[in-house]
Amino acid sequence: MSGDDQHITAVSGTGVPIPGDDVDTDQILPAKFMKEVTFDNMADYLFYDARRDDDGEFNDHPLNRFEGASIAVVNSNFGCGSSREHAPQAMMRWGVDGIVGESYAEIFRDNCKSLGIPAVTADHETVTALQEWIEANPDAEIDIDVEAATVTYGDTTIDVDIDDAMREALVDGIWDTTSLMYSNRSKVEETVADLPYAEGDD
Amino acid sequence: MSEGTLYDKVWERHKVTELPNGQDQLFIGLHLVHEVTSPQAFGMLRERDLEVAYPDRTFATTDHIAPTEADKRERPLADDQAEEMLSALERNTDESGITFFGFESGKQGITHVVAPELGLSQPGMTVACGDSHTATHGAFGSIGVGIGTSQIRDVFATGCIAADKQKVRRIEVEGELGEGVYAKDVIMKIIQDLGVDGGVGHVYEYGGPAIEALDMEGRLAVCNMSIEGGARAGYINPDETTYEYLEGREYVPEGEAFEERKAYWESMASDDDAEYDDVVTVDADGIDPLVTWGINPGQVIEISDTVPHPDDFAARTDREAAEQALDHMEIDPGQSMLGYDVDVAFLGTCTNGRVSDFEKAAAVLEGHTVDDGVRALAVPGSESVRTECEERGLDEVFINAGFQWRRAGCSMCLAMNDDSLEGDEVCASSSNRNFIGRQGSKDGRTVLMNPAMVAAAAVEGQVADAREYLDDGPTGGAGGVEEVAD
Repeated sequence: MSGDDQHITAVSGTGVPIPGDDVDTDQILPAKFMKEVTFDNMADYLFYDARRDDDGEFNDHPLNRFEGASIAVVNSNFGCGSSREHAPQAMMRWGVDGIVGESYAEIFRDNCKSLGIPAVTADHETVTALQEWIEANPDAEIDIDVEAATVTYGDTTIDVDIDDAMREALVDGIWDTTSLMYSNRSKVEETVADLPYAEGDD
Repeated sequence: MSEGTLYDKVWERHKVTELPNGQDQLFIGLHLVHEVTSPQAFGMLRERDLEVAYPDRTFATTDHIAPTEADKRERPLADDQAEEMLSALERNTDESGITFFGFESGKQGITHVVAPELGLSQPGMTVACGDSHTATHGAFGSIGVGIGTSQIRDVFATGCIAADKQKVRRIEVEGELGEGVYAKDVIMKIIQDLGVDGGVGHVYEYGGPAIEALDMEGRLAVCNMSIEGGARAGYINPDETTYEYLEGREYVPEGEAFEERKAYWESMASDDDAEYDDVVTVDADGIDPLVTWGINPGQVIEISDTVPHPDDFAARTDREAAEQALDHMEIDPGQSMLGYDVDVAFLGTCTNGRVSDFEKAAAVLEGHTVDDGVRALAVPGSESVRTECEERGLDEVFINAGFQWRRAGCSMCLAMNDDSLEGDEVCASSSNRNFIGRQGSKDGRTVLMNPAMVAAAAVEGQVADAREYLDDGPTGGAGGVEEVAD
């Protein structure tokens, strides 16, 4: 069995600020667009309602103004609500390769890890400063160095936090957890044999 | 670091090994599957030529896209996309040897309603599902976690997830609930106190007198909304209430085997001298029913309180969130939620779609009718719930009052089927999320509340205090109701 892992030590590109605390998965990817059996079209539905005015035309939502961006910059508790991987899938397929934010909902962060999207954190002042800088410098590059846990934009380099497991997984190219765990099958059997409710299974 | 808690014990029993990335590989004892988040994972398995490792520990049903009108459940479904999702699930489960509870089985329903009532969810177990409300199963003293689709692939292929151990917060809920105040109010009170992101990085252990007094269905409602407080998992230690509920259910062993299993369950409960990362106390004594006024479940007040002013919040971000909420809900600070006009009443969901929830609502509806301006839906959480309600004649109470009595599914909680808010309709809802757009319309407005409160809102066409309808409520019963209604 082979996974499709790759080492992700750094990601870069122009930025898109997505301001607001507690941005939930129903905003990121409304449930009505989850009725597809693949993730292929999810980019089209990213922030679908928030990006449109009442006539269905694109409004001035950041995703409309910063097309082609690769680095999303968000505030606190981003991705709260449902477990739908459709949300980070949509962001990835739209073009997001990395996220800088104040904090993330846990399942959302796990989903980012599954997809190889570094999601790093910094404090409120740092994040809002970066969001404002993007507004003033829409065509300028932002670099997330996963290994060094820094973000560089313009002449500024800031230290950021990245979850240890996420950093190791991305840098060492072992974020495909199926491959990682598949090789431990005999150990799983030992664990199962010791569970009163599962013994005798399989 | 926590020690001797149920969470620690379950983790140790299910930990397979530590992975090179520092995470633990954790065995999943019960994997629940539905049609929306699984087809992509089955696709990933096929790409890698892998099979489902533990089909006997995997159970599937259809809930999110399930039509809830009986005549719309004929196959093929009228909605092509829904039909494709349902067909894919049938095919995938059949090929993998996974038990599937379809429309014809009599057991179809919301995963988090079906698994508990069949006795699949048990103490000391790990439960995973591609749905954030998997914490529900923690009501039995299991550890239930919501997972994304890539993690569903992991569980299919290996029976395991890669996970980081969380901190354990004990939430001691003090006091006694008054008449007409229920589990839903308790969990909304907890979220009001601790915030929508207060649980990030934590597992919640709910305990104390107000929790221990709850029946299993109440405990399920509490654990269900753990994620609304930011906690991926929440649980309640198993006790006699738990064991009594489980005994005799389809997937629970009988006789001597039951006693053996029970010994395991008892051994998994938190020790008396367990250590927690932190302990917080929530005072639920004499609280009033709670209702949300905003656009996240933390924007909630007791019905006797008034909508807060943005300036009441210390954090700038909370003030901004409050302003956005007031704008969306078209409501003013200082206003009471009592009298807030309601267009739709929605009863059901994995939070409040169980028999006792319909009983509470029916007690309010008896002898009353739904307001002319209100569209009212009663959607049982499972076909078993529906059948039991019908055997007790509860369906007649709803139908006579003017509710539509539906088949089981997630329905208007997230509007992936035909049940949806239109325009800026206001919904009095027994569901768990009031996010903008959640119920299918980007301008729709959701007011979360307990099932009795939903029934009262349906009758009055506005948010009302359901206790007015109870025989021993504060105003002495339904005699005073007509004045309120007019």
